[in-house]
Amino acid sequence: MLSVRRLESGYGESVVVRDVSLEVRPGQVVCLMGRNGVGKTTLLKTIMGALKARGGSIRFGEAELTRKAPGARAAAGIGYVPQGREIFPQLSVYENLLLGLEAGRESRKRGIPEAALEKFPVLRTMYRRKGGDLSGGQQQQLAFARALAAEPKLLLLDEPTEGIQPSIVQEIRDVIVNIKQDGSTAILLVEQSLEFVRSVADYVYVIDKGTVVAAGAFEELDESELHRHLAV
Amino acid sequence: MSVWLVQMFNSLSVSSILLLIALGLAITFGLMNVINMAHGELIMIGAYTAYVMQNLFADYLPASWFGAYFAVAIPAAFCVSFLVGLALEAGLIRFLYGRPLDSLLATWGVGMVLQQLARTIFGAPNVGVKSPEWLNGGLSLGGSVLPYKRLFIIGLVIVTLIAMYLYIYRSAAGRRMRAVMQNRQMAACLGISTRRVDAMTFAIGSGIAGVAGCALSLIGPIGPSLGTYYIVDAFMVVVLGGVGKLLGTVAGALGMGVFNTYFEFWTNASLGKVLVFACIVAFLQWKPQGLVAMRTRSLD
Repeated sequence: MLSVRRLESGYGESVVVRDVSLEVRPGQVVCLMGRNGVGKTTLLKTIMGALKARGGSIRFGEAELTRKAPGARAAAGIGYVPQGREIFPQLSVYENLLLGLEAGRESRKRGIPEAALEKFPVLRTMYRRKGGDLSGGQQQQLAFARALAAEPKLLLLDEPTEGIQPSIVQEIRDVIVNIKQDGSTAILLVEQSLEFVRSVADYVYVIDKGTVVAAGAFEELDESELHRHLAV
Repeated sequence: MSVWLVQMFNSLSVSSILLLIALGLAITFGLMNVINMAHGELIMIGAYTAYVMQNLFADYLPASWFGAYFAVAIPAAFCVSFLVGLALEAGLIRFLYGRPLDSLLATWGVGMVLQQLARTIFGAPNVGVKSPEWLNGGLSLGGSVLPYKRLFIIGLVIVTLIAMYLYIYRSAAGRRMRAVMQNRQMAACLGISTRRVDAMTFAIGSGIAGVAGCALSLIGPIGPSLGTYYIVDAFMVVVLGGVGKLLGTVAGALGMGVFNTYFEFWTNASLGKVLVFACIVAFLQWKPQGLVAMRTRSLD
């Protein structure tokens, strides 16, 4: 469904991601692993269109997205939960969720789907509070629900459990497992926890120095190789 | 006692005019952070639209209809300034986002071009707009007379304010607008067309400047350099109120109007103005964010 070929991307003069090819099939959970600063976030940003690709191609289903604006990618069915959450601090929780519907004409008419809210029941009790007044974990849940509101075919999750309290980490992991079981949304996930990746990933790409150094189902990956690329 | 009431009314009236000229700027400068020095000229365009409407009504419609021209002039002024703002954004401003010094210079140039254009079309001397009959006279209240024109402007600013509030805080378009102004990249990733939002936002701010110009035609003659008298006050109100908050702009206009009127009452016109500006400078030294500052966890 998502097919990235020989992608190259970066900031200004510096190339951060080079020659990355990867594949996400419908309903799959694909994990990106790697140390901090190897280009995982840059890769997701480039797939979403927040950064322009320098080379290579990004295809999503039948659509060629390499030169498309982020809005067109959202409309094609890609949802994005960025690192740092990026909720709108001055807007209420409800307004933040409504903005998740901007991706498509039908979704704007339909309203916030019940399924997105069920996954994070706490949000419903905070509708009128400003997004910026929420705790980090609550903001993460809001960003996740906002992405789900558009009922995307592919979710890009950039370290959704980074820097938040353990109870919410567990809740977010449950939601990811839930989405996987449901099978209608594929997930491209950046995640650091080996146990969690082991439990949920259909396929793993290990990234080092901006490129894919190992790939395969979790069991196929050589453990010592994995530790060499992940250990700090 | 009645002197105080009259002064109170006068300060309200001055505040309403200040607010009207600053509301458009509260959007283009307050929300979008574009230093638009041509804002005064958009006001001027609105004023000349009222003048043109007046002439059209006088020339082509029966005399009994003349009184209605002003009711038509307000939406017309909004539309004309809106379109000029749209063209200005598409042709110039959009290349200058995030470059305040460049946009300051460029829009100042645009302002001068627009002034010269007005001079070419309408001539250099001021022109008068004859207010419609129903706005002449005033309301007698305890021995003093409150002119209808001033009351009308106060009413107009309240209506404009409510319309802006509904648009920005209650409509889907306003929600998109606030989202883009707060986090442009994330808004784009959610599928919002930031280009369209920028263009619409700037055009609406310009349109409101046009409405202000239309109102100014009630209280004095209008000329090509009309805007230059008001641009400093407009920026002052927005900065004093706190950039980015509608409520702050209202508070800024009220504060400036009240202090201006009473200082002028106690001293004289020029010393009063000096005192007001001195107070503003002192206040901004103390509270640089203005009267109403944004407070939230994420901005700390």
